[in-house]
Amino acid sequence: MTVLELSRWQFGITTVYHFIFVPLTIGLSLVVACMQTAWQIKKDPVYLRMTKFFGKIFLINFAVGVVTGIVQEFQFGMNWSAYSVFVGNVFGAPLAMEALLAFFLESTFIGLWIFGWNKLPPRLHLATIWLAAVGTSLSAYFILAANSWMQHPVGYRVVPGTHRVELTSIWAVLTNSTAIAAWTHVFVASFMVAAAVLIAVSAWHVGRQSQLEVFRPVLRLGLAIMLAAGIATAVTGDVQARLMDSQQPMKMAAAEALYNTSDSASFSLFTIGSLNGSQEVWSVRVPDLLSLIATLNPHGTVQGINNVERAYQKKYGPGSYEPVIPVTYWSFRLMVGFGSLAALLAAIGLWLTRRRRIPRSRWFYRVALWSLALPYLAATMGWIFTEMGRQPWTVFGLLTTAQSVSPGVTASSVIISLTVFTLLYAGLAAIAGWLTVRHVKAGAPDETERPDTPAPLPVFQY
Amino acid sequence: MNLATFWFILIAILWAGYFVLEGFDFGVGILLPFLGRDDTERRIMINTIGPVWDGNEVWLLTAGGATFAAFPLWYASLFSGFYLALLLILAALIVRGVCFEFRSKVDSPRWRANWDRAIFAGSALPALLWGVAFANIVRGVPLNAAHVYTGNLLTLLNWYGLLGGLVTLSLFTLHGALFLAVRTSGELRPRAHRAAVRVALAAVPLAAVFLAVTQYHDGKPATDVTAALAAVALIGAAYAAFRGWEGWAFAGTAVTLVLAVATLFGDLWPNVLPSSTNPAYSLTVDNASSAHYTLVVMSWVAVIFTPVVLGYQSWTYWVFRKRLTRSDIVVPPATGTETVEPVGGRS
Repeated sequence: MTVLELSRWQFGITTVYHFIFVPLTIGLSLVVACMQTAWQIKKDPVYLRMTKFFGKIFLINFAVGVVTGIVQEFQFGMNWSAYSVFVGNVFGAPLAMEALLAFFLESTFIGLWIFGWNKLPPRLHLATIWLAAVGTSLSAYFILAANSWMQHPVGYRVVPGTHRVELTSIWAVLTNSTAIAAWTHVFVASFMVAAAVLIAVSAWHVGRQSQLEVFRPVLRLGLAIMLAAGIATAVTGDVQARLMDSQQPMKMAAAEALYNTSDSASFSLFTIGSLNGSQEVWSVRVPDLLSLIATLNPHGTVQGINNVERAYQKKYGPGSYEPVIPVTYWSFRLMVGFGSLAALLAAIGLWLTRRRRIPRSRWFYRVALWSLALPYLAATMGWIFTEMGRQPWTVFGLLTTAQSVSPGVTASSVIISLTVFTLLYAGLAAIAGWLTVRHVKAGAPDETERPDTPAPLPVFQY
Repeated sequence: MNLATFWFILIAILWAGYFVLEGFDFGVGILLPFLGRDDTERRIMINTIGPVWDGNEVWLLTAGGATFAAFPLWYASLFSGFYLALLLILAALIVRGVCFEFRSKVDSPRWRANWDRAIFAGSALPALLWGVAFANIVRGVPLNAAHVYTGNLLTLLNWYGLLGGLVTLSLFTLHGALFLAVRTSGELRPRAHRAAVRVALAAVPLAAVFLAVTQYHDGKPATDVTAALAAVALIGAAYAAFRGWEGWAFAGTAVTLVLAVATLFGDLWPNVLPSSTNPAYSLTVDNASSAHYTLVVMSWVAVIFTPVVLGYQSWTYWVFRKRLTRSDIVVPPATGTETVEPVGGRS
């Protein structure tokens, strides 16, 4: 494999891995903040047990998210130095802002939250988890503004005579329509991930009739969040689709493997045929749906891959501008499919648990537990779609991925780093997963009943 | 002073802040297996840096982000050039970061002993490698006409680079020992104090030789002054440590680190990454910087938000200013592994 291919694998693996932990910290930090707020207001110890229990899950995930985030910032320079030189003027700004405005906020206030339980006044302590939660969401905004600039560059100019871009408007970069849509989509999708954890964990306990006073309300809460966030994710994703149709028509066409421009384009739920969709043996199609998604008009025109390809060749010169169609086609479907299934199951779950009902069927709990994977898979597929769909570009229309790679880094170096990161991350995932499962099984004990701890305040200290 | 120079100074300040703050975090991690006699003591040590280590590490991320935004060519050449060295640092920081969070989650001596080893390695390796990296940055590295690094990992591990590494390793260890002396009480405090005196015996001559060699090679009159002051501050810190004035000694090592970074960046200026192949290939403040508008935007962001960050980070240190004792460590109930019961219980 070449340095380019190895570097792409490394970026893909480290980024997908990083984003396993990020959405949970975004969603769960706010959920935990709400639980602690409820405790402050209602003084009901059940809320404190929830806060403590889910706070610990949040912290285990947060730790992995933080340490893998350092790699993200460093590897632009390490593996993509030509890219860094090209975009640094524009792309570096939101990254530096992320560190100064968001990373400091979340890391400092997480520290205060973990260690401040017995030291800070309760209201101030409550404020620390809110500030940390705001920090995580703010951090997502800056990094998505940076990523959206790669999808849809705005507020820049190419410096004549050099191979670099210059920032002309930071406001344009930070209010990029692509960024606002992407952040909203990621933000609400993060609650699906958080909800999946709430559901799976509480279903495990409710199914065993253990600590119902804590976990039954959490199960309902998780199901409600999942349904609401699922709908919001679909709506925001739909907004993104129209932006994509105007900003990156190739990606839209590649999402459906639509080769020729058509009016009233249908959307295939499932296709059997050649992998890239060019020859179709059998498929399930919803008529007009693709046109509706892309243009809000069931008879609207959606450009096909071949047509966009010819237009791009005219604009950018000879070459291929097609992404890997089987990847975009299937990742798009799986994203939508996993996400919709999670929301649908949540709706059924809400019905089955209505009016304080506790389902008897073991299947209910099995499905609740295993559906944990659905939002995670949907989020992963979403990133694979949006990043692979931009190929062959790193910065759409300006710089290709092949032009972005570090010229001085050898294949053997990247093989070493790819191996180290893959093994290290696999180890971390195993340990973090094991710790979480262990913690979940231990449950949320009622500490006020224990005579040897007069102060029932939770302590997360190391 | 043009904006590029302003950002060069700002990045120097970020590195100085990083070394002062994460310097003692590294030191505490390095000393963990040597000073903590039982699990409670080791937990006290970890908890002295517990609330702050993550915020301290953000200084590094901010320095990295600031370099990317203000000097894209410097960021690109440095990070791709120092590829394997940075990989080692990243791996160490990853392991070390999760250690703190994971160590306390299982109450088993073996589990904790393994994480303690990882904390030691994850602290010692970056403490060494940051010195190696900065010595090489100041001395210059092989860069071709396109500013692309043409050496490898071994190129960086020359005697001067390794000397620089031993300096940061010993300085951070000393800084961490003094931090522990300031933040703990009971038996741990005099033990940390004695360790500081012993480490100072190595740190002072190493730093003196390193600064002398650096100034001989790359010195300027202005940095001769900062280098001399750094040496004075370090000797002062060592003396204060010897006399038992822990607070002054800790302040002394902090000042030493700031002045040492000032010396190195001063020696570096107006270059940001000198080429040892041909001085004409060097990256400088001018040829590596971003365009004016980016620097203006980033300057406003820095001027407005840096005081806010400094404000709440300082407040964190104020909140956790009390010395930690055994009674601050909550022993999980119903375990027989603790050798010493907490004194007085929870209050």
